[in-house]
Amino acid sequence: MTDTHDTRREMPLGLAKRGYTGVIQHLSAKDAGSALSDIELESRLIELGFVEGARVEVLHEGLVGRDPIAVRVDNITIAVRRREAMAIIVA
Amino acid sequence: MELPLLHLALVGTPNSGKTSLFNALTGSRQKVANYPGVTVERKEGFFVTPQGRQVSVVDLPGTYSLRGRSPDEEITRDFVLGKASGETLPDLVLCVADSTNLRLTIRLLLELKRTGRPMILVLNMFDIASRRGISVDVERLAKELGVPVVTSIAVRKGGTADLLALTDEISAKLAAEPAENSWRALSVAELRATQREADRIISDCVSLPASPDTWTARIDAIVLHPVGGLIVLALILFVMFQAVFAWAQPLMELLQSGFDALGDIVHATLPEGLVQSFLQNGVISGVGSVIVFLPQIIIIFLFILLLEDFGYMARAAFLMDRIMGGAGLHGRAFIPLLSSFACAIPGIMATRVIDNKRDRLTTILIAPLMTCSARIPVYTLIISAFIPAKDVWGFINLQGLVMFGLYTAGIASALIVSFVIKFFMLRDYAPAPFMLELPDYKMPRLKSIAIGIFTRAKMFLQRAGTTIFSMMVLIWFLASFPQPPAGATEPAIDFSLAAIIGKALAPLLAPVGFNWQIAVALIPGMAAREVAVAALGTVYAIEGGKEAAEQIGQVLATKWSLATALSMLAWYIFAPQCASTLAVIRRETGSWGWMAATFAYMLVLAYAASLLTYNVAVALGAG
Repeated sequence: MTDTHDTRREMPLGLAKRGYTGVIQHLSAKDAGSALSDIELESRLIELGFVEGARVEVLHEGLVGRDPIAVRVDNITIAVRRREAMAIIVA
Repeated sequence: MELPLLHLALVGTPNSGKTSLFNALTGSRQKVANYPGVTVERKEGFFVTPQGRQVSVVDLPGTYSLRGRSPDEEITRDFVLGKASGETLPDLVLCVADSTNLRLTIRLLLELKRTGRPMILVLNMFDIASRRGISVDVERLAKELGVPVVTSIAVRKGGTADLLALTDEISAKLAAEPAENSWRALSVAELRATQREADRIISDCVSLPASPDTWTARIDAIVLHPVGGLIVLALILFVMFQAVFAWAQPLMELLQSGFDALGDIVHATLPEGLVQSFLQNGVISGVGSVIVFLPQIIIIFLFILLLEDFGYMARAAFLMDRIMGGAGLHGRAFIPLLSSFACAIPGIMATRVIDNKRDRLTTILIAPLMTCSARIPVYTLIISAFIPAKDVWGFINLQGLVMFGLYTAGIASALIVSFVIKFFMLRDYAPAPFMLELPDYKMPRLKSIAIGIFTRAKMFLQRAGTTIFSMMVLIWFLASFPQPPAGATEPAIDFSLAAIIGKALAPLLAPVGFNWQIAVALIPGMAAREVAVAALGTVYAIEGGKEAAEQIGQVLATKWSLATALSMLAWYIFAPQCASTLAVIRRETGSWGWMAATFAYMLVLAYAASLLTYNVAVALGAG
């Protein structure tokens, strides 16, 4: 599982399907189109453990538009909408 | 020499088990109030350490950082920095961590350290962590962090012994020199650096097992399934409302016969006259008819507290986020709205977890449409008087089904109102983010639940003893004076002030099928909804004598048409809420205008719904 990471393309977590696993490469708040300011969104993501190097797995998704998603971030689970998850670049 | 009171503050991320630690330390020695000027709940408790030191401990709102982006988090920040008005700077901060999930707490602790307050890191739920194979090098962690670390199991007897001993040890050494406060809001870069530092410390001191909590994963596979999860949620709500109606019944009957017996004793021992009438009709039948609903209120809070403790509430918010989003609501609004089923006041206060102002305002405006427990007495009375207690499809109680229908009507109208608000008033609406930790499931703690229910039951009884009691005295007075002239043949109440007021209002309410007795009952219902039942009890008791007081339901069944009863139910789905809810809306929105708007829109909806219900029912032959 881990050794395939270098070959994988970077993508926003907001586009990941259920079952996706990856590692956070960087945060890019300006790509998210969130109602929050870039700084605020980035701060909040970091506060919930979305930092570079953290392992993520998309565990669950909602019924309407497969949104929001429940993401395992290392050893905690965070619910987040896809719109905000667009700021999290994974590979 | 008596040592001064030691001030402790509990700080931690949401779900860190702060509240169960607080309950374990203080037991029932708690004082719940509000911080001055804001409606954030302030919980303070007291205990004595093994060495006899008197301690006051404040349970601060959970937070991930000291940035203070909601009123709750601002309180935590100001309190720790000693800026909260009227509060003492804590002598010692207990930073509470869920031992199974240290990342976010360790980062918070590194930030807290900058405030210069003496601190202890409490590794709570240490038993769960050990069971899951997480091992923590406590000594090394303390050294790396530069803060004393202690493990605790808040839910086990004696599980806080180490913490108490350490508190004694540290408080004896507390230096008098003023601590250096170097805290300022962290930039994104600093935040990231702090998290890196926290992660480094954790990887040095904590060994984590490879697999996450399997139970949580297994439960979530069902509970968070896109379709299955919604079915589970609907089932939980359905069971909850069946329980409120069916399980509470025997206890309620017991309470009712208790009050009847008490009324009979008063009737038998006191001479005929005003005092006898006041005690029996005003006090016992009035206040009694409200206290009877205590079992139902306990059951609804039992469900809400159990779901909260179990960790389900955050899942419900996850499931409902997009569905409620369609109606212009934020997923986080689900929890305040669900609390509003118990009472709109804590529900409206709970909206402060929503940090977007517009989302919060919409939630506040519709929270009173959720069927609060004070409406249960009204619903129960009318349902049991007019709806037969038979089973449909073999297993569903028809009365419970009607109750479920009334709740559903409340929810549906809330969603519609929210949609209308979003569409007409807040058009330039950008959806606020939904970001929420889904904590691992935990067995609910009996003690915490018991303390929670006890506090709520006490509040309800206090209300019955004060607001409701004084309203009952007023109603009794209005219904008893002036006394009828000698030789009058009509019931005494026909000559009273209540009849005069009721009859003056009756023409306004006639189109919805309400008689003057209902008009009289609706007015005090403004003070507290459940008083309407008590007021009907008093009015009909004075009108009809002792038998009427005992069986208010049967009296209604003979005096009202089915159409009137249904109209009354429809009225109470929307009924302009009690005065205390209006006061909370005024305080939370900081505006008389929003309060007036809420009152007006609910009154209009109530009248329209009753008008429609009554006329349809009459047209179908129920008049």
